[in-house]
Amino acid sequence: MARVLYGGRASLTIGVISAVLCTLIALALALLAGFFRGFSDTLISRTMDLIWAFPVYLLAISLATVLLTTPNGLKLGPITISPSSLWLPTLIIAVIYVPYVFRPLRGQVLSVREKEYVEAAVSQGASNLRLMFSDILPNVISTAIVLLPLMIATTILTEAALSFLSIGVQPPKASWGTVIGDGQDLLYTRPLVAIVPGIFIVLTVLALNVLGDGVRDALDPRAKVRVRD
Amino acid sequence: MVAFIVRRLIGLVAVLFAISVLVFLIFFATPGVDPSARLAGRNPQPETIAAVKHEFGLDRPLPIRYLLMMQRLFISRDLVSYGNQALKVVPAITEAAPVTFSLVIGAAVLWIVVSILMGLAAVTFKGTVIDPLLMIIALIGISMPVFWVGEMANLITQDRLHDTFLFSWVPPLGYTPFTQDPWQWFLHLIIPWITLSILYIGFYARVLRANMLDIQNEDFVRTARAKGLSPRGVLVRHVLRNSLITFVSLFGLDFAVLVSGGALLTEVVFALPGVGLLTFNALTNLDLPVIMATVIYGAFFITILSALVDILYAQLDPRIRPT
Repeated sequence: MARVLYGGRASLTIGVISAVLCTLIALALALLAGFFRGFSDTLISRTMDLIWAFPVYLLAISLATVLLTTPNGLKLGPITISPSSLWLPTLIIAVIYVPYVFRPLRGQVLSVREKEYVEAAVSQGASNLRLMFSDILPNVISTAIVLLPLMIATTILTEAALSFLSIGVQPPKASWGTVIGDGQDLLYTRPLVAIVPGIFIVLTVLALNVLGDGVRDALDPRAKVRVRD
Repeated sequence: MVAFIVRRLIGLVAVLFAISVLVFLIFFATPGVDPSARLAGRNPQPETIAAVKHEFGLDRPLPIRYLLMMQRLFISRDLVSYGNQALKVVPAITEAAPVTFSLVIGAAVLWIVVSILMGLAAVTFKGTVIDPLLMIIALIGISMPVFWVGEMANLITQDRLHDTFLFSWVPPLGYTPFTQDPWQWFLHLIIPWITLSILYIGFYARVLRANMLDIQNEDFVRTARAKGLSPRGVLVRHVLRNSLITFVSLFGLDFAVLVSGGALLTEVVFALPGVGLLTFNALTNLDLPVIMATVIYGAFFITILSALVDILYAQLDPRIRPT
């Protein structure tokens, strides 16, 4: 039980941080691609398509195994991430889901860019940065917020799966996924070890999915129409 | 149409090339460690490292290394696992593939039938308690981790209730080839099929319901009603048929993802010796050549299948066919 509660901390932290990180990266890329169009759009969109072509689990598995076999950790400039750190699964999960958030956001940016108020801002001589941050960003951020709870649900499930496969959270740290993995060997003698963390995952993810549906109905006018009829 | 197919195929070749380069870079050019030590498995001997260095041409420039790797994966197909000397990677994958196919095809049949029935029932009973009830069940199905469902299924059918009349027919975990004994093959796979399909039943039932509700407001549906078709005729012949367009394209992608490794978790829990279990065993000893091969074969399979689905889709629905 203590391990389940302790593991919940890792699961939730990884789930939330990687979903937020993923949404932020996707938002930045979508702004760049949708605003400048042309070459930068082609470059970013093609890269996203390429990541999209991989099955998420296979991409996560290859990144995780490569990084886990790197004894001194991944060096990103001045920061070093050791293989046992919680940041490793967080980063991997954030990266693999970027295209899934990027696609709808880019479409949104492209359509907002054509609106009259953006044109008005251009005629007032607004700079590119000003256009991006004060005219376009506020209008696409609601889409990002709608996607966020659903993304957290997905990232929690992915983290659990990777940890279950022993390539997510590394011992001695624990998460719900690692506890279920440990429980597999004790399944017939002490079934509660596997049952309890699973119920925690189901409840958390279910709550996030319901929340996500609610947020979508509240913020996305098109979906609201659909609910009414 | 021919121009469309040709363009799609050229795009396909470009994507396949890009995928192979990306996989190559992930495995050979990630900074931090000598790739030969990484490929040689856990606690390698110095001789193994030297052999790996030589075989992958690690003393030569990057483009040549890339060509050498592709040659070993697709032309000579003699990539060998270092953690497990006897194992030739590519034949191991082709041997494991039928198991994965059996698992995924059975689950696919199950999830198509059940999710269409659930979607139809939800739309028919809209406004009563049945619709929200079905959708809540679907949502719970989406929220359960598949490996946990598998463990629970094992707990019930293999242990706790195995001696009762309900589950005494369930065979021990494992796999029997169809060619050897079709009945045992079927018995071994029933529980894994159900486990794997739960998530997709929930997801597809929700998508189908939303789609059918959208389509019910379209003009052609009103026309069909005005013509005096029975409500059931309208629902099945017009609404359902049009909703299936989205369904088919989703299905193609999900099916491809599952076959090329997405069914990994289910295979691990039920000890089915498919491609997923092969990958999992490689994971536990960090046996990178095997993982590299399954990843690249998986991604290739998905890309090729999704190109086929696109072409088929354009054939089915002239509206989206680009000229």
